[in-house]
This record gives sequence, C-alpha cells and structure tokens, in this order.
Amino acid sequence: MKEFLEGSLAVAEIVKRCKPGVISAYPITPQTHIVEELANFVAEGELAAQVVNVESEHSAASVVLGASATGVRAYTATSSQGLFYMQEVVFNIAGMRLPVVMTCANRAVSAPINIWNDQQDSVSLRDSGWIQLFAEDLQETVDLHLMAFRIAEDKSMMVPVMVCMDGFSLTHGIETVDIPAQEQVDKFLPSYKPLYKLDVENPMTLGPLVDPEYYMEARYALQQTLNSALDLIPKVAGEFAKIVGRKYNGLVEGYHLEDAEKVIVAMGAVCGTVKEAIDEFRAKGKKIGLLKIVSYRPFPAQQIYDLLKDVSKVAVLDRALSLGSYAPLAAEVKAAFFGKKKQPQVISSFIVGLGGRDITKGSIREMLRLLTTKELNCEFIDLKPELVKEQYE
Amino acid sequence: MSKHLFTSGHTACSGCGQSMAARLVIDTAGPNTIVANNTGCLEVFSTKYPESSWEVPFVHSLFENCAAVASGVEAALKYLGTKDKINVIAQAGDGGTADIGLQALSGMLERGHDILYVCYDNEAYMNTGVQRSGLTPFDTSTSTTPVGIKSTGNVRPKKLMPEIANAHAIAYVATASVAFPMDIQRKVKKAISLKGAKYIQIHVPCPLGWRYEPRLTVEVAKLAVETGLYPLFEYENGILVAKRQIKPRPVEEYLKVQGRFKHLLNNQEELKKIQAIADANIMKYGLKQEAAAAS
Repeated sequence: MKEFLEGSLAVAEIVKRCKPGVISAYPITPQTHIVEELANFVAEGELAAQVVNVESEHSAASVVLGASATGVRAYTATSSQGLFYMQEVVFNIAGMRLPVVMTCANRAVSAPINIWNDQQDSVSLRDSGWIQLFAEDLQETVDLHLMAFRIAEDKSMMVPVMVCMDGFSLTHGIETVDIPAQEQVDKFLPSYKPLYKLDVENPMTLGPLVDPEYYMEARYALQQTLNSALDLIPKVAGEFAKIVGRKYNGLVEGYHLEDAEKVIVAMGAVCGTVKEAIDEFRAKGKKIGLLKIVSYRPFPAQQIYDLLKDVSKVAVLDRALSLGSYAPLAAEVKAAFFGKKKQPQVISSFIVGLGGRDITKGSIREMLRLLTTKELNCEFIDLKPELVKEQYE
Repeated sequence: MSKHLFTSGHTACSGCGQSMAARLVIDTAGPNTIVANNTGCLEVFSTKYPESSWEVPFVHSLFENCAAVASGVEAALKYLGTKDKINVIAQAGDGGTADIGLQALSGMLERGHDILYVCYDNEAYMNTGVQRSGLTPFDTSTSTTPVGIKSTGNVRPKKLMPEIANAHAIAYVATASVAFPMDIQRKVKKAISLKGAKYIQIHVPCPLGWRYEPRLTVEVAKLAVETGLYPLFEYENGILVAKRQIKPRPVEEYLKVQGRFKHLLNNQEELKKIQAIADANIMKYGLKQEAAAAS
C-alpha cells in the first residue's frame, strides 16, 4: 500500500514487518525517529521485539551482537559519532559472522561538530566487513532494508549489512512509498534460522582467542564471502522483484548510460538531483549519464568497468574524504580501470555536499563544466571563496 | 565424580585464583547457563582456538562490553521465552569491570537485566603484565605504579566497586573470596535465585602479579579477609544483610607474604595508612567478631 511517509517512519514500518526479536539503539540525530517509531510499535503491541535502551552506541552494538549470537534477528540504527563509537563492535560483529542489520543515517563527523548530511561516517567503516548499501530515495531505502535481512541471513553470507540513508534528505524527507505487505515480507524473508548460536543444549564457544595459526584463514573467509555477495545481491534482488514487483540490480544502477559521453558516478540521495540535471541536459541534446553505486561494499568493480569502459569522461562525486589522499569513491572507480585496455579518457574527482552543504543542479552543472580533458583530483564544488580566503589570510 | 563445566587443560598459571573461582561459579550456576566474558586472562587462557574449557555456551566479544553483550543475550532469551530456564552470567576481571567496562556494566545494572555479573578481582591488569587498575590497592607496586625514591606505589585506594554496583538499586551485591569456596557457591546460588541484576566481586590472588609462591593463593586470599582489607559482605535490595566477621589481624601479615608490598615492610608511615584502610572497612561493615554475649 502506498503511503506518504517520513523516511524514518518508512524504515520503522519495514523493519517492523521484518520482525526483529531484539532492537537496541542510542539517540543520535538524524537517526532517532526510526527507533522512536519502533518503540511505539512495541508499546502498542504491533511488534513483539525486546527494545533495549542502552547507555551508548557501543552498548547498542554489543546488545545486538549478543542477541544475534543467541540466534535472534537483531536490528540497530545510528549515525556519525554513534557509528564511530560503535566501531570496534562493528568490526567484531562482522568477524563473528553475525547477520545484524543496521541503518546508518549518514551524517558528517566532528570536528567541527555538524549534524547534517554527508557520507563520511559509513565510508570510514568500509573496511569493517559489513555489506554497505546506499539508498537514493525512500522507496529504495525501504526495499534495501528488506533485502538487507535476507542477504545478511543467507547461509552463504552470515555477515552484517548496513543500509546507508542520507541524513535529513532521506531520514526526514517525506515521499510516497510503497511498504511491502506483511505477506510479501513473510514470503521473501523467512524466520531466522541461525547456523550456530549460544544454546545450552549444544554448548559452543563463540569469539575465541585465535593465534597466527588460524587468524588469516578467518579473515580470508570473510573476504571471500564479501566478494561472493557480488553474486548473491543481484540474485536476492531478483527474488525481491518476483515477490514485491520492483526491480533492482542491487549493485549499481545506470541512468542514460547507453550513449553517454560524460558520466557522473555517485552514491545516495544526490543521485536524484543528478538525474534531474541529466534530464535537463538530455532535453538540450547533451549526452550525460549517471552510474549510481548501490553496493559500496562489496565494491562492484567489474560492473563499473563494464558500464564505463567506453565512456569518454567520468566525474566521480564523493561526499566523504580520505584526508591526505584521493577521495574514497574516486580512488576505487579509478582502480577498476587500472591495467585494463579500455578506459575513459579522463576520470575526475569532485567533493560535494560536505556537512549538509546543499547540492543543487547548479552544483552538478559546475562539475560537468569542469569535466574536461584535464583530470581533476578532489576538486571541491560550491566552496565559498570569501571563507576560503579568510582562512588563509 | 561430577563433570566440571569449566574443564582442565587450560593454560592458566599454577596457583591462579581466577581459574579456581571461575570453576566454582559456573559449576554452581549449572549447565543451563550462558556466559558472556570480557577480554582478559580468563578468556585468553580458557578459549584458545580450537580448544575451549567451557562446557556451557560462552561468548567473548571485546574488553569492555560483556555486560552489554549479556544484555543482548538476556533480551533474546526473553524474546524466545526461555529466560526463566536459563541463567545469564557476564564476567570480567577488575579492569574490565571497574575501568573500561564500567559504563556498560552501569547500563546493565540500571536497566535491571536478569543477569549475574561476576568480577574476578586480582587487583591489576594481569593479562597485559600487571599494570594498575581502578581496583589496585593503595601503595601497591605494579608495572605502571613502580616503587622508587619518590613513589611508594599506587597512590589511590581501591575504587569502591561493590558500593557503586549497590548504588544502582539492584537485587543483590556481594563480595567473596577464593579462600572461601563454599561461601562463593552459596552467594552464586543466592544470586541466581533472585530476579534482576546481581553483582558479585570475588577476590582472586594472582601469584605472578602479586609475587608470592603459587601454593599460597588460598592463604593469601584468607589473610586479605582476616585483616579487614577485603571485607566480605552481602547487600540485598540495597540493605547490608550479612558480613563475614573476623578477629582482625594486623595488615602486615597480609602484606609481608607478597612481593608487591615488600617495599612497605619497614615503612611505618605507609603501614599506618594501610592499617587505617582496614580499620575503616572493619568499622563500616561491622566486621569485628563480638565477644560471646554475657548471659
């Protein structure tokens, strides 16, 4: 049924239908509405979960770790500093192969403190062993959450999934969304049957000390699993289409790529603005396209290569930095072409929309104006010259 | 002979007080128990892959989060409807409890999870080489509070961790000592019979860190109690309901058998300060054995 909903409430609706047994979170803007709404569902008897209101994000992640280890579907949500405070538990959950699902309401990180949107938080945890899926709009956010549980709990995976939704633009934005019906959810997502769990009938030690004789194989297995998610994610998306009706690839999405001469590569809500800008360019006969990255981890390098190898100019749009080096997404897009015969003439890297700086169609036009044969690295768009000048004088 | 739920073959040092106490705790709690353990000596010496000493389900995550992991286990069992049949124990050393794990523990106690938290107190970070913790006693020589011309060791007394636990208005708080195994059993039994959050702190001497002969573990533990330096008491719902009474022995008797206090033995000024700590404990908890009442 289609509803006109705030993003956070839409997430809460789909998470409710996924029937987690344990939910634990700590308040942080812009995530908080999600768990408030889930607490409402529990208070009203619409969801039979245990809600654990913890004293920190570190404990929120630890609670869902413990619940998942006990064989129960577990969910948490956080943002920015909260994700960073969870960090060692985030790595631990992946290493322990626990299929937790988390929503990250993407937000800038301190300092300076800023509650608005960019993607530095999840991008910084790209090496944690979690699958990271970035949503463009509320419909995709909802659908990715449902797919996230299914992917995480697949017996070939048993890894956690982080659904990344841009703070405010998606968490607080209101759109028409179609929340899959409970019957569809139940058909697509069977109840969770763990491979192993804390069980008094079959005692097992989880999280043992592992010395150099065994450690590398555990990490190798996790790497192989994450790589194999490149096959699984589109398969799960296919099953989702069969049951729910909406089609996704799950890894990447192309927009007017067929004949594109210039292509923008981006992740998250900004793709909506990029698409609008492209429509205007197309109306004027300019061959611009978009390659949206949905799965940032695992990174779909082959798909990116296949879709961009014949494109002349590529602009990679990053909403995060790897300070002192190349922008994170740009570096990986470039790596996808390294040593290959075919590659774009130029791949330029742009930084936009940090800390909630608006990304307008003007920003996109400016980026495309600068996308020439001259390769640009970490070119900041929409900087205020008067403020930059002030800092250096 | 009954089977232990914490089996031999682990790699603890000989004379390890913590391994003795851990076995008493889990054997008392029984097989229907799930254990969440912080990083520390106990986890390291009992779970080296592919072996484990634990005959009950056991989970280790990180150094500071066993109280939160156990909270998740407990919430999951509630969701599954099996909590009434299964005990949950969170356990850690003194550093994992009173320092790095204090926030997670406070959250667990305050939320009132039906969990028994056990702190094995060997009074320093033994797993990393005897660095001081918040539960290291006053004037102790440790690797980070070394004795020198300007130092008589650790400058602060032990954090009053059982009192901190008790301040959370929980069902049960007790201290225990590996010198009194039946007392540990009784307290664990009592704790798991009560609903809600429970905290037991067990004094577990460490021959390596305290520098005494491994055969003396029980003797050293007993002296800590009998001098008043490690008072044994029980709180139920915030009220002091029991204590082990003693005929107080001078603190030197406890200090002189341990290398970590060797530097104090001819230092009357410092000995007086430590005696004052014991005397204050004896007063506070009413530890002094009364003479038989005249009839």
